[in-house]
Amino acid sequence: MSTDINDVELVSSSQAHTGRGLGTGNPADQFVIQPPRTRTTKTPRRTRTNFEMLAWLFMRLSGVVLVVLILGHLIIMLTLDGGVSRINFAFVAGRWASPFWQGWDLLMLWLAMLHGANGMRTVINDYAEKDSTRLWLKTLMGVATVFTVLLGTLVIFTFDPNI
Amino acid sequence: MSAPTIDAPHSAALDAAESGAVQLITVTLRIRRFNPEEHPDPVWVDYQLLMDPKERVLDALNKVKWEQDGTLTYRRSCAHGICGSDAMRINGRNRLACKTLIKDVNPEQPITIEAIKGLAVLKDLVVDMDPFFQAYKDVMPFLITNGNEPTRERLQSAEDRERFDDTTKCILCAACTSSCPVFWNDGQYFGPAAIVNAHRFIFDSRDEGAEQRLEILNDREGVWRCRTTFNCSEACPRGIEVTKAIQEVKRALVTRRF
Repeated sequence: MSTDINDVELVSSSQAHTGRGLGTGNPADQFVIQPPRTRTTKTPRRTRTNFEMLAWLFMRLSGVVLVVLILGHLIIMLTLDGGVSRINFAFVAGRWASPFWQGWDLLMLWLAMLHGANGMRTVINDYAEKDSTRLWLKTLMGVATVFTVLLGTLVIFTFDPNI
Repeated sequence: MSAPTIDAPHSAALDAAESGAVQLITVTLRIRRFNPEEHPDPVWVDYQLLMDPKERVLDALNKVKWEQDGTLTYRRSCAHGICGSDAMRINGRNRLACKTLIKDVNPEQPITIEAIKGLAVLKDLVVDMDPFFQAYKDVMPFLITNGNEPTRERLQSAEDRERFDDTTKCILCAACTSSCPVFWNDGQYFGPAAIVNAHRFIFDSRDEGAEQRLEILNDREGVWRCRTTFNCSEACPRGIEVTKAIQEVKRALVTRRF
């Protein structure tokens, strides 16, 4: 048997990863299922911003504040003084006459929406396989978030009890 | 880390295994075979063996390959839990076949064996490790220093050495990275193994490249993608507290940036 070096197809260990099997030209490579978005030598490096860290910190800090805000909100709305049965237009108008409750609701709106949107962003980052899908889902979510936050803010500040 | 032993009713053979006597039992290996040159889909194939339950799963695989079906393909080198070649998913958990005893994975039921997840399966239990090692290379796993080279060894106190002792144990078997659900969904995430190896240098008092490595891990696909599901810590055959190491890198990033 000949062991001529030309008979052997050399595959170097530092060979660029093609994302389709080993790139040896073997027709069976098409059946090898690649996991989504593998890391290769061409994977973009370093965004050089602290955005991911700030987003991570925001989730922790807003989470702690939201526990207080939301539990307080639920207790006031559902259990104290007869609970839900007393909630009506006058009750809401009375609460929003005070800057304290306006501030509470505003903070709760902003933190909950941003906290939820950031959580959805990580879910989209995880599950969307194509860059275009990811972009569209995030755009849709961003628009919905901005709309809800702005509408809520507008209502809190321009609420007129004599409507 | 220890594989959970079964509390279910022991057979006579299992009791014999505890006492040290040799008693062979029939073991069924249910292996997920894949050969893209023969069939585009993977198939589960059962193999019946007569084994001493004190032997390792790797011995059972060898027995299949040597005596029943020579086409069964898997990686193994040292067979003693150091080279990190034979990480595989045994009964749904990532383990080293050479460190897992048959009696510890309930041989009364078929033992399922499949390739680790999140990396492309090339054949049977062999996966394409290139993306895994690319992430490892990207964190620069080597000593980085400035200034002149000392004429003697770079000395270090025992306490300084202790600081990163846990992460020096890594054998790069990919059991942690391929158990990470974030890595399954997004292979561009560095993965636990790369972060562990970055941790080994970031907290080394002799190394001066910590800032560069932290900068790399501060990336979109860096440590912030970790959800602390602890799959990696559970999978590590070397007992490294992987999730703790990742959290320490996060803490280092937060405290250095503020």
